[in-house]
Amino acid sequence: MNRFYRALLRLYPAWFRGEYGDEMAAAFAERQAEGRGTGPSAIQAVADVLPNALAVHWSVLRQDLRYTVRSLLKSRGFALAAVLVTALGIGANTAAFSVANFVLLKPLPFPESDQLVRLCEGPGGWGCNNQMSGLNYREFVARSVSFRSMGAFRTWPVNLVGAGEPVRLAAAELTPGVLPILGIAPLMGRVFDSAQGGEADRKSVLLSYPVWQTQFGGDRNILGRTVQLDGSAYQVIGVMPAGFEFPRESRIWTSLVDTGDDECCLEGIGRLRAGMSIAEAKSDLSRVTVQLNSERPVEEETGHSTFLLRDEFAPSYRQLLLALCGAGLCILLLSCANLANLLLSRAVAREREFALRTALGAGRDRLLRQMLTESVVLTLAGAAAGFLLAAFSLPLLSLLVPRTLAVTGGPTLDLRVLALATLLIGVTGLGFGLLPAIRSAGTAWSGALREGARTGGGNKRRLRDVLVTVQVALSVVLLISSGLLIRAVWRVQAVDPGFAADSVMTFRTALPRPKYDSTHVRGEFYRRVLSEVRALPGVKSAAYTSGLPMVMIGGIGGITVPGQDLGPRPPGASFRFVSPDYFETMGIPLRMGRDVEDADVPSRLWVAVVSESFAQQFWPGENPLGRQFRLRQDLRTVVGIVGDVKFRGLERTSEPQVYLPAVQGPEVILSAYDPKDLVIRHTGSSAGLYAEIRRIVRAADPEQPISDVRPMTEVLGAQTATRVAQVRVLAALAAVALLLAGIGIHGLLAYTVAQRSQEIAIRLALGGAPRRIAGMVLSQGFRLALLGIVPGVLGAYAMARAMRALLFGLDPADATTIGVAVGLVLLIAGAGSVISAQRATRVSPMAAMRAE
Amino acid sequence: MPIDPAALEALLPLHPQTFHILLALARGDQHGYGILRAVEERTGGTVQLSAGALYRTIHRLLEQGLITEPRHPSGPTDDPRRRYYRLTGFGRAVALAETQRLGTLVKLAKHSGLVPGTA
Repeated sequence: MNRFYRALLRLYPAWFRGEYGDEMAAAFAERQAEGRGTGPSAIQAVADVLPNALAVHWSVLRQDLRYTVRSLLKSRGFALAAVLVTALGIGANTAAFSVANFVLLKPLPFPESDQLVRLCEGPGGWGCNNQMSGLNYREFVARSVSFRSMGAFRTWPVNLVGAGEPVRLAAAELTPGVLPILGIAPLMGRVFDSAQGGEADRKSVLLSYPVWQTQFGGDRNILGRTVQLDGSAYQVIGVMPAGFEFPRESRIWTSLVDTGDDECCLEGIGRLRAGMSIAEAKSDLSRVTVQLNSERPVEEETGHSTFLLRDEFAPSYRQLLLALCGAGLCILLLSCANLANLLLSRAVAREREFALRTALGAGRDRLLRQMLTESVVLTLAGAAAGFLLAAFSLPLLSLLVPRTLAVTGGPTLDLRVLALATLLIGVTGLGFGLLPAIRSAGTAWSGALREGARTGGGNKRRLRDVLVTVQVALSVVLLISSGLLIRAVWRVQAVDPGFAADSVMTFRTALPRPKYDSTHVRGEFYRRVLSEVRALPGVKSAAYTSGLPMVMIGGIGGITVPGQDLGPRPPGASFRFVSPDYFETMGIPLRMGRDVEDADVPSRLWVAVVSESFAQQFWPGENPLGRQFRLRQDLRTVVGIVGDVKFRGLERTSEPQVYLPAVQGPEVILSAYDPKDLVIRHTGSSAGLYAEIRRIVRAADPEQPISDVRPMTEVLGAQTATRVAQVRVLAALAAVALLLAGIGIHGLLAYTVAQRSQEIAIRLALGGAPRRIAGMVLSQGFRLALLGIVPGVLGAYAMARAMRALLFGLDPADATTIGVAVGLVLLIAGAGSVISAQRATRVSPMAAMRAE
Repeated sequence: MPIDPAALEALLPLHPQTFHILLALARGDQHGYGILRAVEERTGGTVQLSAGALYRTIHRLLEQGLITEPRHPSGPTDDPRRRYYRLTGFGRAVALAETQRLGTLVKLAKHSGLVPGTA
């Protein structure tokens, strides 16, 4: 039993056990021998030791905490720097990884979302490049074997009338299979019935939660109510739960009944069979594609693009986010290195204090414990500050979530990352906090007393040099990488979009079918609205177009030219139906010929204005005016040439463009190709414009909603918005890195100067020139900086090559960027060194001697 | 050494265990197990200190300066290998102050009609 009691005594702190252990064991044994104890002796032993050992630990901890707070308050600079460094590392890392985790890894809000696959027609690449025809959709469904089930959908904005102000809503038509595939049940009511291919629900509608709330006031008796969509009556059969958005941003759903051969613009969604991978699904569909193409004439050949619903964002996002994570990790490592350095310096500076305390009888484990407490306190304080930092940066970070991703809401702080980052910093803190104590616990401290403060040579010094060098290298990597990305964004922003976005406002009035089935009726609406808008004060010009550049990127048609053999697959061109004045309003330069005119009515010659690249492609070196081509069977005559527009976006290649008079189109044409975007070039402010447009549109058609009111600059800005946000975050991280490296260099040099103050004092006293002494300190600083810059530049080059796709053609070894980054690092190193160098020249020989 | 009344006041009221230990040392130096036995005997076994509680309190009392470890313990030392403890002047003053505090309380109770044996 006494051995058991002795074993239990290990629960006490070692110093307490050493002090009282024998006495306690003896007292316990005597009591047992006299039979005075109550109850079984093992229980007595545990009941004796456990609470008391805990109480001793607690009282020691309280003492240590008090001591730690006192000693940290005494060296506020150190404490502040350590907490700041820790907070920056933990905060930056947590923020970066939280966003990356949200975008790249977080499961979508659908059950078993990793089985959900999107399907479109080729060509490959990311996302949905071409929508499918009904024929191809049904062939894919019939012939593929990798899907448990498949459905099709089509996005189709509608005007909702009959519930307050008419509104335009993002809507989608879904085959009855889509919602069961997604696995989302309605909040109220039912989903589309699959009987007879959904025929029963031809006029049924499902509302999203926000529409139910805002347009219908959350009416509990909404089921069965009739609403008007684009002028037709639909019955509400259900309400979907809050947060459900598929496709992204859809607010209302109707049933997609016809998937006939000629149906256009379908996109597929399927659920993989259990155990099927996306790679297997891709090869399955490739097999189907090959099979289909072997059965078809060459002009009807098709392709497919198949990707996980999870991955519906540009691959460059992934790269940028990974770069961000890399930067976050760099910062964390920088913080670790910086903290290590701070702790080493502090440990060396405190060697005498510890030696003194050891000499006065403080046990080694007691001192270790104190340093442990200090490290833990610093880490926790830093982690708390880091958490706040990350929390405050979240609103900025939610800008980094691609809008195509099928998730709602924004990223939340990932506590696991926070915990991991804290752990890494904590281990560093403990390691470098305790290491010196462990190493010097024995003989070194008595040596420290004899040695005075002139320690810090040898291994520890080299270790600190290495740490500072690593910091410089990491910050160089970050600076160059973010510098390159910043330059890349500038390059993208400097790309001429082909139009002048300033002072152009856009409004959308999408005319509903069948009310506006007739081209003539639509033409009347455009004419009336445009003539009144043009009469408004402050309006320079106004026009209608079927699609704004960078907003509508579809609308591509095959071109044939009489007398030219262009092969079995005609080259594509984008086509837009526009009203007169479109080019003037958008600032697209007219190079030759004329604009479309009001006189270009259906009964006259069907004309077209084409872009320079169009003319160049089909009639190189010739006068294109008067030439003819066919688009969708209709023969058009070229009457004007305009500048090219980057309608697919600044970073993508755009097809040549064709502009057709708004009213010279086939009588039956998809409403997607109706002119719907009103563009207005104005002078002065656009503030009062909306109210005027509202009035004019309401007078023309009281049921017509206006949507998508935004300046053209916003459309253009959206092209680079995410990139700009990401680059800003990266640049901020790089700035932090630079700051940390600066603190590191300064800290090390300041420490060195303090340590060598005696030597410096003697040199000064013996007539050494202050300039030489300052030079000595400066050269040490620059030597460290250069040692870090070389591997840093190499690392940055490797990193830049890996993210070449993000650089928009910029050379990964771009000399300007590298030069600026290196210059900045040298500047910071110089600033850090100069302060210390100045301090060195001001060392007073007498004071330095007295300090001993 | 003059006694700082504020330091003394800060320690009151004493925990009963602490008070018992001080009382056990009031008659003379004592080792740990002796304190345990003394407390038990005086209280008729109603107060039983565990070894852990005893040494934890001893450590605190040493730190607070209420007791000390004499190099040459006085009185009957039954085992020279053991560690003895002695009440310091400050410790005696604290114990006295606690006694006074308790006495005042008892008087107050009596005035209020709470006399043992009359209930």
